[in-house]
Amino acid sequence: MRFPLRNALAGLAFVALAGGAVTAPALAQTPPNVLIVGQIAEPKSLDPSVDTAVNDFRILMNLYDGLVRYKDGTLEPEPALAESWDISDDGLTYTFHLRQGVTFHDGTPFNAEAVKFTFDRMLDDKHPFHDTGPFPLAFFFSAIDSTNVIDDSTVEFKLKEPYAPFLSNLAYPAGLIVSPTAVKEHGADFGRNPSGTGPFKFENWDSNTSVVITRNEDYWDGAPPLEAVVYRPITDANTRVAEMLSGGIDLMVEVPPDNLQQFRDNADYQVYEQAGPHLWFLILNAKEGPFADKKVRQAVNYAIDKKTLVENVLQGTAEVAAGPTPPAFAWAYNEALEPYPYDPEKAKALLKEAGAEGAELTFYVTEGGSGMLDPVAMGTAIQADLAKVGLKVKIETYEWNTFLGEVNPGLEGKADMAEMAWMTNDPDTLPFLALRTDAFPDKGGFNSGYYSNPKVDELLEKARTSTDQAERAKLYKEMQTIVREDAPWAFIANWKQNAVSTAAVEGFSLQPSFFLILRDVAKP
Amino acid sequence: MGAYILKRLLALIPILIGLTIIVFLMIALIPGGTAVAILGPLASAESVAKLNAELGLDQPLPQQYLHWLGNLLHGDLGRSYSLKRPVVDEIFERFSATAILAGTSLVLCSIFGLLAGIVSAVRQFGWTDRIVTFVVLIGISTPSFWLGLLLIMLFAVAWPIFPPSGMYLAYGGGGILDLLNHLVLPAVTLAVVATGVIARLTRTAMLEVLRQDYIRTARAKGLTEGRVIYRHAFKSALVTVIPLIGVQAGLVIGGAVYIETVFQWPGIGRMLVGAISTRDILLVQGGVLLLAVTYVLINLIADIIQTLLDPRLKS
Repeated sequence: MRFPLRNALAGLAFVALAGGAVTAPALAQTPPNVLIVGQIAEPKSLDPSVDTAVNDFRILMNLYDGLVRYKDGTLEPEPALAESWDISDDGLTYTFHLRQGVTFHDGTPFNAEAVKFTFDRMLDDKHPFHDTGPFPLAFFFSAIDSTNVIDDSTVEFKLKEPYAPFLSNLAYPAGLIVSPTAVKEHGADFGRNPSGTGPFKFENWDSNTSVVITRNEDYWDGAPPLEAVVYRPITDANTRVAEMLSGGIDLMVEVPPDNLQQFRDNADYQVYEQAGPHLWFLILNAKEGPFADKKVRQAVNYAIDKKTLVENVLQGTAEVAAGPTPPAFAWAYNEALEPYPYDPEKAKALLKEAGAEGAELTFYVTEGGSGMLDPVAMGTAIQADLAKVGLKVKIETYEWNTFLGEVNPGLEGKADMAEMAWMTNDPDTLPFLALRTDAFPDKGGFNSGYYSNPKVDELLEKARTSTDQAERAKLYKEMQTIVREDAPWAFIANWKQNAVSTAAVEGFSLQPSFFLILRDVAKP
Repeated sequence: MGAYILKRLLALIPILIGLTIIVFLMIALIPGGTAVAILGPLASAESVAKLNAELGLDQPLPQQYLHWLGNLLHGDLGRSYSLKRPVVDEIFERFSATAILAGTSLVLCSIFGLLAGIVSAVRQFGWTDRIVTFVVLIGISTPSFWLGLLLIMLFAVAWPIFPPSGMYLAYGGGGILDLLNHLVLPAVTLAVVATGVIARLTRTAMLEVLRQDYIRTARAKGLTEGRVIYRHAFKSALVTVIPLIGVQAGLVIGGAVYIETVFQWPGIGRMLVGAISTRDILLVQGGVLLLAVTYVLINLIADIIQTLLDPRLKS
């Protein structure tokens, strides 16, 4: 009668022993000179011409180089694979003088042909490897009319029209140069067999487990200190934090705000923060309803307590936005701009003047989505703020893809306001695509609130065609002043990217581009 | 026996066809299209339409389905849109990870479930029975993703005995010890609910058998209690319990979807979660198909074992 019980206990003892026997490896910390990065998701592909996700960019930027790259800590282009360049006076011809003696990881020499191959593959329907796409960000380079090989180390881009963001776009992942040999060999599988010229070489990709890249000893800018970088996709934020706390990873990005303080208080970790070119705002429907009146749009800007939103809902992971251009675009940002102060009395007065007291508003809120932070909590807090000035806001919540399907075609006849967030690489992109009269949804743009001001249109057109940065800066600053006053949007927040590393990690900093640059990082 | 197995395998075909049709329709009903998921929010309507045409997604649904079915008959499951590689490569790679996790869990829950059930039944209404029944009840009612997080916080962070996630060390890992070490927490978490269910079912089945006349006869013959319980009672009860373990296999495989996400186990469950969010219909179809076949096969094996244990069922 005692036998079964004894047997069960013996079984338990066996498991305990077996458990004890296999515990040793867990205590091993990550090896020196190898950086293990906790990523938020599995990459979709490692082909820079194909990728659209910031998560993938964090790997790509260490495998490939572009003709230019953003200078450390800024969004300003500096030489990379191109040593120098000339821009014609009419802004239509860009000539790049290429670095010589650089080879791709697969041994293919880097030259003007490789540059032409990279851009023709994305832009030319008839290119033999155009079917290895799709290339969602090819529109970054839609201004290119032709890419011409002048000689082995000189390449020339002819543009259809002057396009000032061109250089900045070349520094974006879509502008990274791929090995033509590798694309020809692997075709559509190139994204799983990448080859670039970057500081690290692709080693291995084990689905849902890791992407491993190793030091490129022959890197033109000096071999990086790290021997290898391992990217681990850890989709669950709690698990990512647990891995960080147990020593399984050395660096993690997008730390949940709840956990940030815990790492700050612990000397074994370093916390990094960096404001980026991100804007979180409300699109206001200026075509119809109460928001057709500028005073009502301004009233909303006064009525929302942005400081409380940023400090309490977002727990300090963002800063209050003053206007349509994020401060990360240092040279183009208008320092004189102040955020709308929180002033419910002023809001009430403006609403009274406009005769919009007690207006009822439909508000589109999303459940999640790229750069949207904590959209449901933020939407609810905004609803409460607007209720305090007598506005009755009705929230409608949608899943992200559905939300875009509702908002991008325009708010007319459906809603008065909608949440939105953009992250861009040039001060031109957001206002050009979302604030011009020619960017109304029916014209293929993203101006879903139908804001229209001829002066703003003119400034943006002019800024885009000028190749003089000082002049562009002046035009953007003037645009920001006007847009802030016109209030087509409620300007809410600029997100700060964050990361945590162990104390052993040296030489790491976050970039305003939100890229993860590891070429100077060490972990002895 | 052979004819019986063949009949069961043939019955599988309509089940799988029905299942894949349902999955196909459900993915089609989720708002937001595949092309939008690939091209991102900035895509123009024109490029979305072009990509849909390239992928054949502008065709009527029945036609898309028949096309997929036709390719399947040639052993071609298509290419994943989001991973840009053949579906077959991806699902078999992922499936081996799930098989290791679910297989271990199934072994754990069978051993401990049967043991707990037998002990409980033999000691009916005694203290052992009460304690086992109480623990089993807690096990059944614990949400497994919550238990997973709790175990991570306890045994990976507070007392770093096991790694919190993954299948092997991220760098320089590999080998059976590394695997076992990573396997303990997720396999235990996944086994808990099924262990409870099997324990309860075994207890009931054993109690039923222990009341039978032939058990009294066996005891009257002067057999040892151990022999009575093992040879006479347990073997009989097993006939009832084995098919129920087969059903639990479905629960374990389904539960793997949560557990793989919590423990970042690179299995097919986690692959499916990702594939659904990117509307990668071919990857979802392939994954669901493979899981369904596995489930049906496990139940078939359970039925065969049952038939072998109880010759009456053969006729």
